Amino acid sequence: MQRHLISAADLTRDDAVLILDTAEEMARVADRPIKKLPTLRGRTVVNLFFEDSTRTRISFEAAEKRLSADVINFSAKGSSVSKGESLKDTAQTLEAMGVDAVVIRHGASGAPYRLATSGWIDAAVINAGDGTHQHPTQALLDAFTMRRRLVGRDTGLGQDLAGKRITIVGDVLHSRVARSNVDLLHTLGAEVTLVAPPTLLPVGASAWPCEISYDLDAVLPKSDAVMMLRVQRERMNAAFFPTEREYSRRYGLDGDRMARMPEDAIVMHPGPMVRGMEITAEVADSGRCTAIEQVANGVSIRMAVLYLLLGGNEPAVTQSRTTDSRTTEEK
Amino acid sequence: MSKTLIRGARVLGGEPQDVLIDGGTVEAVGTDLSAEGAEVVEAGGKVLLPGLVDLHTHLREPGREDSETVLTGTRAAASGGYTAVFAMANTFPVADTAGVVEQVYRLGREHGYCDVQPIGAVTVGLEGRKLAELGAMHDSAAGVTVFSDDGKCVDDAVIMRRALEYVKAFGGVVAQHAQEPRLTEGAQMNEGVVSAELGLGGWPAVAEESIIARDVLLAEHVGSRVHICHLSTAGSVEIVRWAKSRGIDVTAEVTPHHLLLTDELVRSYDPVYKVNPPLRTERDVMALREALADGTIDIVATDHAPHPHEDKDCEWAAAAMGMVGLETALSVVQETMVDTGLLDWAGVADRMSFKPARIGQATGHGRPVSAGEPANLTLVDTAYRGTVDPAGFASRSRNTPYEGRELPGRVTHTWLRGKATLVDGKLT
Repeated sequence: MQRHLISAADLTRDDAVLILDTAEEMARVADRPIKKLPTLRGRTVVNLFFEDSTRTRISFEAAEKRLSADVINFSAKGSSVSKGESLKDTAQTLEAMGVDAVVIRHGASGAPYRLATSGWIDAAVINAGDGTHQHPTQALLDAFTMRRRLVGRDTGLGQDLAGKRITIVGDVLHSRVARSNVDLLHTLGAEVTLVAPPTLLPVGASAWPCEISYDLDAVLPKSDAVMMLRVQRERMNAAFFPTEREYSRRYGLDGDRMARMPEDAIVMHPGPMVRGMEITAEVADSGRCTAIEQVANGVSIRMAVLYLLLGGNEPAVTQSRTTDSRTTEEK
Repeated sequence: MSKTLIRGARVLGGEPQDVLIDGGTVEAVGTDLSAEGAEVVEAGGKVLLPGLVDLHTHLREPGREDSETVLTGTRAAASGGYTAVFAMANTFPVADTAGVVEQVYRLGREHGYCDVQPIGAVTVGLEGRKLAELGAMHDSAAGVTVFSDDGKCVDDAVIMRRALEYVKAFGGVVAQHAQEPRLTEGAQMNEGVVSAELGLGGWPAVAEESIIARDVLLAEHVGSRVHICHLSTAGSVEIVRWAKSRGIDVTAEVTPHHLLLTDELVRSYDPVYKVNPPLRTERDVMALREALADGTIDIVATDHAPHPHEDKDCEWAAAAMGMVGLETALSVVQETMVDTGLLDWAGVADRMSFKPARIGQATGHGRPVSAGEPANLTLVDTAYRGTVDPAGFASRSRNTPYEGRELPGRVTHTWLRGKATLVDGKLT
């Protein structure tokens, strides 16, 4: 990882642990009456969203504002092609307005990578989800949530997830969340198992650093965390599975299945949940489900990433950008 | 008529000889030929080949003159050592009528850099539903003998069967772009380990192989000849090998880029590597080279596919598929086939001139370098090594995957019916 955050696979263990530790510091800010740090004062961040994603955009926006950055929201629905303007022109237009970082969500896999490597712009690029490729801040917030719950908020500092057994269930084929999590969790020493019907696993996934199973019930008793991925109902029409009910019966998480998990194991969901499909209301609303915590943790993680990429005195990652107006950290 | 003496050329890579051109014809091949009255080209041990023939070129005119025209495309062809190219039918309007194919044919003749033999569409508008007037295109001044919906697959088995049968009446051949459409919906790259990681829609090998398997069986059933465009997988090689062993009248082509590049390059997300069929794996590349060497794959065809810069200077999913190839084809073949010992220069002449001319019935092309034959020739400096610089291309487009790559070999001279179209690497 250089000065951009494009893929969870680019993070070393030490990079990732530093981001998680920094996020713990950021989380303390959220407990204060005034939830604001001056770290990115005078820096401008644009949230460039080519896909609708209200929750991710709001999470980044909250993180940026808590770090005192100037925030521009740019929503360009649909692809650059259907819009008529190219990604390159859009990005260059924004940079001409003096943007220090671009948080990009794009439907095309690789679009953030292109933005960071094609010489179109100089700003730091943070991938907020690209096609079915990567969503690195999601993986980081998931790892943060796991470390807090499975290792401990304070005892977890400086620690990774060595030996933790993480099961990811659902539409892996279309999921950037699954790809990012496999990469990051592997880096952090966890043992990952993907569970899905074979139709929803990509050809070539056998090369990933994880186990693959088609049998959820067999994996549940050996899981410290079970992450349920959203399954869109439309997949049914493309013959990925026969019916919604059959999917739920075989791969959905209900109370009976949750009871087979170890006592302290948690249930995770990146949202938005399709209740009754991959997860029942009973599970979603139980104390073991961390979906709401994940949202809160997302703001802390995004603060940490922005801070380390743009403002940190001790960057987690080398920062080739030479800026003399770097604000000093005030805590 | 003017005379040219090519002195000391290694004809098809053999011992140095002199070749005398008189008018449009090779007058003599031998040693110590008289230079009297002739312009002398000192070959100095360069390799002399019959003019190359490309069975698969996109010239884009009419319709997409911003990416290539018949003039710029044939200049690129001459630069690459070609004396005949077959122009694919996916123009705007589609080359599915006698009018369009005659226009393209005439433009090629007028410009005079390289013969242009239009390929006719198999179906109206390349839509795969209704046969185009294949006979009218054959009977036109363009004399079309090769028919293809390239860019799209003739996926309807009945339409394909009828086309294979119908063109027998006038000795035509259908060139199939083998791509099962349902298996390749949303396809962006080869389906495998790399696509899984990059999150790009997969183009599975089976989508090509299943169509080839069907079509060789159809060709056998109706007793027709079928040509397979840009074969790209190890499995396709096995099917064609099996079909040939059964006596089925099938021919196949491979592109230079499928002989050299793999899907690992897609990790850059640089759309210059986006092409259809997609770049495959190392295993496929090696199988294709071996098949070209043993004759399972008959010919090299470029699939020269020019695109304007803006169609490649974007995110992967939005980019156009295709690469230019006319000006680098011979270098890539030297790199992958000759310098690896898989093919000698006579083999290159066979795969890039003799056989493509025979498959496409390009009269006067793909002939031996001997007295009395048409003087369609190309002279290659095989000792040269250089870095590919697209700024020097004659093509209107620059979408080459080889920019900055060092490749061997350089075409220095090309003659079309005795007239030099390229001299010392410069177009005339």
